[in-house]
Amino acid sequence: MFRKTGIAALTALSLSAGGAFAAGGAGHIEDVDFSFEGPFGKFDQVQLQRGLKVYTQICAACHGLQYVPLRTLSDEGGPHLPEDQMRAYAEQFEVYDEEIDDFRPAKPTDHFPMSQLETAPDLSLMAKKRAGFHGPYGTGLAQLFKGMGGAEYIYSLMVGYEEPPECAPDDMDGSYNAAFTAGGYPEECKDEHGKPTVPGSWISMAQPLWGDDVEYDDGTEATIEQQSEDVAAFLMWTAEPKMMARKNAGLTGVIFLTVLSVLLYLTNKRIWAPIKNRRQG
Amino acid sequence: MSGIPHDHYEPTTPGQKWLHNRLPIVGLLYDTIMIPTPKNLNWMWIWGIVLTFCLVLQIVTGIILVMHYTPHVDLAFASVEHIMRNVNGGHFIRYLHMNGASLFFVAVYLHIFRGLYYGSYKAPREVTWIIGMLIYLMMMGTAFMGYVLPWGQMSFWGATVITGLFGAIPFIGDALQTWLLGGPAVDNATLNRFFSLHYLLPFVIAALVALHIWAFHTTGNNNPTGVEVRRTSKADAEKDTVPFWPYFVIKDLFALAVIMVVFFAVVGFMPNYLGHPDNYIEADALVTPAHIVPEWYFLPFYAILRAFTSDVWVVMFASWITGGIIDAKFFGVLAMFGAIAVMALAPWLDTSSVRSGRYRPMFKWWFWLLVIDFVVLMWAGAMPAEPPYSTISLIGSAYWFAYFLVILPLLGVIEKPEAQPATIEEDFDAHYGKAQTPAE
Repeated sequence: MFRKTGIAALTALSLSAGGAFAAGGAGHIEDVDFSFEGPFGKFDQVQLQRGLKVYTQICAACHGLQYVPLRTLSDEGGPHLPEDQMRAYAEQFEVYDEEIDDFRPAKPTDHFPMSQLETAPDLSLMAKKRAGFHGPYGTGLAQLFKGMGGAEYIYSLMVGYEEPPECAPDDMDGSYNAAFTAGGYPEECKDEHGKPTVPGSWISMAQPLWGDDVEYDDGTEATIEQQSEDVAAFLMWTAEPKMMARKNAGLTGVIFLTVLSVLLYLTNKRIWAPIKNRRQG
Repeated sequence: MSGIPHDHYEPTTPGQKWLHNRLPIVGLLYDTIMIPTPKNLNWMWIWGIVLTFCLVLQIVTGIILVMHYTPHVDLAFASVEHIMRNVNGGHFIRYLHMNGASLFFVAVYLHIFRGLYYGSYKAPREVTWIIGMLIYLMMMGTAFMGYVLPWGQMSFWGATVITGLFGAIPFIGDALQTWLLGGPAVDNATLNRFFSLHYLLPFVIAALVALHIWAFHTTGNNNPTGVEVRRTSKADAEKDTVPFWPYFVIKDLFALAVIMVVFFAVVGFMPNYLGHPDNYIEADALVTPAHIVPEWYFLPFYAILRAFTSDVWVVMFASWITGGIIDAKFFGVLAMFGAIAVMALAPWLDTSSVRSGRYRPMFKWWFWLLVIDFVVLMWAGAMPAEPPYSTISLIGSAYWFAYFLVILPLLGVIEKPEAQPATIEEDFDAHYGKAQTPAE
């Protein structure tokens, strides 16, 4: 009885632990079937390269990736650019070098530049620090079974720009976004308890993607959804560049430990056999 | 060392005798590993090994992480990202360490509740229980300070909230808080001392673990029947026990391997599931997160801390009788630490002469209600401090205290226990049949 109930208690415990992270009102987060979801999910190298293009041509105007070394663009399990392409890519950025007290083209060992605008957050870890993680109702089930995460949030934010709802006055600063909950609300869009009556909120970033913002080298049609997915996947990689190595290591561990468990189970059974001397029949 | 009669190490060769006469360390190890162990231990007795493994895992991964971590407010967050991106295998070691803390607490809670169910805290094992409670407190301190080190938003604000608790102590609170933080607010001095203590405390825990093991090796293990091993003779003791090696070492290792399968799946496939996403935002003293929540393993006690608001009558009464010295905040702090204190006092609060809950028909119900209460408090601790969660927390906290302070003392008087087996052998044979040949 103890064991069974214990397992049930543990399950409940893990659920309530997920509840820890239910924060604020939930904006509208769409589930996207990314290639990297689940224990065997992998980054799609071509998609990461497309996402890099969207990042470079659109996002990088304001945002930075300060924790990401440029050389990692050539890493396996990432965009995996050929070495010469990665070097050429790096050279387009000017970085300040203390040794020569001047600017010079970036080398592979340099990091991506930091954000150009003070109000634009760094995007290195955006896919890990934004919620969409623990729905519905803080149970974490969406994360567990649908693989919902920060990448879904980024996608939803990119496609979440909508006409402002009826309640809003005309002179609101910023743009209404259905996925964004961290922004401001006009008084007119709150109920009597001060809670917002609309799912999203107002974000200071103007809509960055409209469709056909970049021209993909592989001929993929650059719809807003496609670009949003690609850049979300790319930012998932910048946040968790070792994801594929991690999953491989985890899988190796699981396989070896399963074999070890079986061996220990048989050993244990054999050792205890003379002690237990099970009743016949 | 053990009170249960068994064979001791006898040095045979001249070399063994030479060492044994000077330092009987082989004998100590032999007695420890060959300790007679009740043969009816069930699967809830595996958590000790899991906990020992967790301690070693945390120390080993921690020492490696320290080689690459920088304890400075401007550099800490970036150094963790450096570990995640540039250090060979660093991402996996850090995730092992991060989730290792969660495994540690899963195991310690199951270990504690096992002790509560089977009456492992009762005489003569009170000292084992008390040392265990000290280990648990040290674990909480270590985990809390470790969580501050990545210097994310939850690190910073968690540290601010928890050290603020000490500020609630009347008269000396402010001075104490400043002394703990090394300044007026959580800053570089705080980070450095937390880093230092986070490195130190695991070794204190290791020493306490040695005492914990020494204590229960002196009294012998408890077991699911709660009936003591017969000590009348070595032959009698051998009917109730088997040596720890190989029987329980292999059994425990098997259990550990199965748990490791799950653990590696979590680390490999969903390492951030139990963490708070806000901790991937660098600490910012100017931006308060919408909800400050501690890690999951603190939530039940966090719920108790927040349950006692100023409109609860016991708080009003305490405030009135002390002339306002005990306010709601201080009351909450007292309740949180009190919740652990009453658990530590369980050996003296439980008046039942029967040790194991298996033979206590009424106790069982109250015990499982306590387990549910613990899970409910954990959930309530994660929710915002507003109705209905505050009411649920209050009811849950009340039950927690009632269990230890009222129910345990009363049950011993009013409960009629069921018949217990006379010996461990009898219980074991009832499950597995009488041995045809005497057990080796």
